[in-house]
Amino acid sequence: MRTPWLIAILVLLAAIVPVAGFTDYHLFQLTMVVVYAIAILGLSLLTGFNGQISLGHGAFYAIGAYTTAILMTTWNVPYWLTLPVSAVVCAGVGFLLGLPALRLGGLYLALTTFALAVAIPQILKYKAIEDWTGGVQGLVIDKPDAPFGLDLSPDQWLYLFTVAVAAVLYVIAWNIVRGRIGRAMMAIRDHAMAAEAMGINLAMVKTRTFALSAMYTGLAGSLGAIAVQFVAPDSFGVFVSIFLFVGLVVGGVSSIGGTLIGAAFIEFVPNLADKVSKAAPGAVYGVILIAVMFLMPAGAGGFLYALWRRVFRARSGQGAAPEQPVEIGAVSYEPDSGLTGMQTGAAFVDRPVPSENAGRNE
Amino acid sequence: MLAGVIHQIMSGIATGGIYASVALALVMIYQATHHVNFAQGEMATFSTYIALTFINAGFPYWVAFAIAVVLSFGIGVTIERVLMRPLANAPVLASVGVFVGLLLIINSLSGWFFDYTIKQFPTPFPDRPMLGGYLSGHELGSTAVTLIVLLSVYLFFRHTRLGLAMRAAAFNATSSRLVGVRVGWMLALGWGLAAAIGAVAGCMVAPIVFLDPNMMAGILLYAFAGALLGGIDNPLGAVLGGFAVGVIENLGGAYLVGTELKLTLALVIIVTVLTIKPTGLMGRKVYSRV
Repeated sequence: MRTPWLIAILVLLAAIVPVAGFTDYHLFQLTMVVVYAIAILGLSLLTGFNGQISLGHGAFYAIGAYTTAILMTTWNVPYWLTLPVSAVVCAGVGFLLGLPALRLGGLYLALTTFALAVAIPQILKYKAIEDWTGGVQGLVIDKPDAPFGLDLSPDQWLYLFTVAVAAVLYVIAWNIVRGRIGRAMMAIRDHAMAAEAMGINLAMVKTRTFALSAMYTGLAGSLGAIAVQFVAPDSFGVFVSIFLFVGLVVGGVSSIGGTLIGAAFIEFVPNLADKVSKAAPGAVYGVILIAVMFLMPAGAGGFLYALWRRVFRARSGQGAAPEQPVEIGAVSYEPDSGLTGMQTGAAFVDRPVPSENAGRNE
Repeated sequence: MLAGVIHQIMSGIATGGIYASVALALVMIYQATHHVNFAQGEMATFSTYIALTFINAGFPYWVAFAIAVVLSFGIGVTIERVLMRPLANAPVLASVGVFVGLLLIINSLSGWFFDYTIKQFPTPFPDRPMLGGYLSGHELGSTAVTLIVLLSVYLFFRHTRLGLAMRAAAFNATSSRLVGVRVGWMLALGWGLAAAIGAVAGCMVAPIVFLDPNMMAGILLYAFAGALLGGIDNPLGAVLGGFAVGVIENLGGAYLVGTELKLTLALVIIVTVLTIKPTGLMGRKVYSRV
């Protein structure tokens, strides 16, 4: 069991090296990578491990961001105290949205959350809550200084703070996924009816996963708002949700490590592609999204994991069974795993389920 | 008050026609493949840009309109043949991913080719109030165009052999193939038709909402709501649902929630329908053997 130590050392290095050697701007970019990684991790818990597709997680990101911004501007709450509040608020909203989601399997949930993503900027602009949200103008917040008289710039401190929060959240997610609840989540993803027959409480696990997922993405929103120092309705349009989804798929839907790759992807690709044209980032995202779906359905995380296993196995001869088969490709083209797993989710609900799949393709 | 209500209902029907067309396009693809085309709105926007390009090049309105519809048909067929075929039996997540990718690509291409600035789009109809002042010339004209499209789609599916073959292919692919229907091409034709209907809807709505790459995002949402309200596997239901959503949206916007929360209204309709009656008002229940 050397892996945890190895990871701990890597995390420490990832925290210290950039602070020592990077400019503030690059640190800001790295902070955003960590923020997106947390958000994608939340989405991964829901979509990758529980099979509930959400195209609307930008809404939770926005709610987290606004919770922090409102607390900091209206009530002068210190930034670190806004995080627990934001977690509770987002988990609550997620739980409530998880209730109707229980009745919506696969495609319908994707559609509903997509509608949520499209509608959220309008809700944020709503006149009745303008006193809090600042309406179209949004809210400006101050970047916190380093505490205890530490000799760090605000960007350096915020990076360390974000990495620390992320480390805690990753450990929690890792343990949830490997434990009893994680097994239940994946059982529901793979075959809801069988999971129910095994005694798993579908409604409870699914709504709680939704709440957990919303909490993660909301916390990411809070951290993101502090880093960007600004929230406005139009920065939380449908494209935030879509980009989170892109990051999830590129990193690998059910790969915890892959969330970091996905986050780096959505942070840095626009910067590179912007040099070609304003339209290029979207096109690049779209092309890569489709390419990943066709060529590498388990995403970069799943791909690297498979590669690592192959190398490892080749070196140690045969055997060396993986300790934990965590990185399971949820997207598989075998009709028996993905298709039925997704579509029979909540099969007791009367809704259109395709019964005629055989022989559609020539 | 009453005149106001009638006015709202009439213009609700006018916009509802647009939603009905897009909803019909969605249902045509859903019926045949059980995919929801998240890129339907962006495809329609792109078609509208094609029409605008030909209008600006000096073509008469209806010629440019026809060119756009035909080209969109071709684009739709191509997308089905190239991208969607391999997805026929893929899991939901894969199809959602590909559709979202398509949405991103077409959206960027619109911005790339035609620029992100908001553009005016001409209307071929006279610019004066009609029907005793209840509707503008464009609203009346676009409703007429929508109704003609819907009627011809209906006649096509009811009374031509090709329409029958397409219905058969959507209803039962295996049996259709056994009696000689080329199912793959029927699905491609369905995509082409959906893209063409989207093109008409785009050209009809562009003079009202103005043209930019994200023009159809909200309209797609109302079309979703309409399709779900009527039943996403029932074309007639989806069309009626589209009209109903148009009227609900206008009345709700005028008397209930104000214009600022109109999109939220669509969201509420979607959630309500899916939680209370997931098959929609006219959809049929599908039972599957496990």
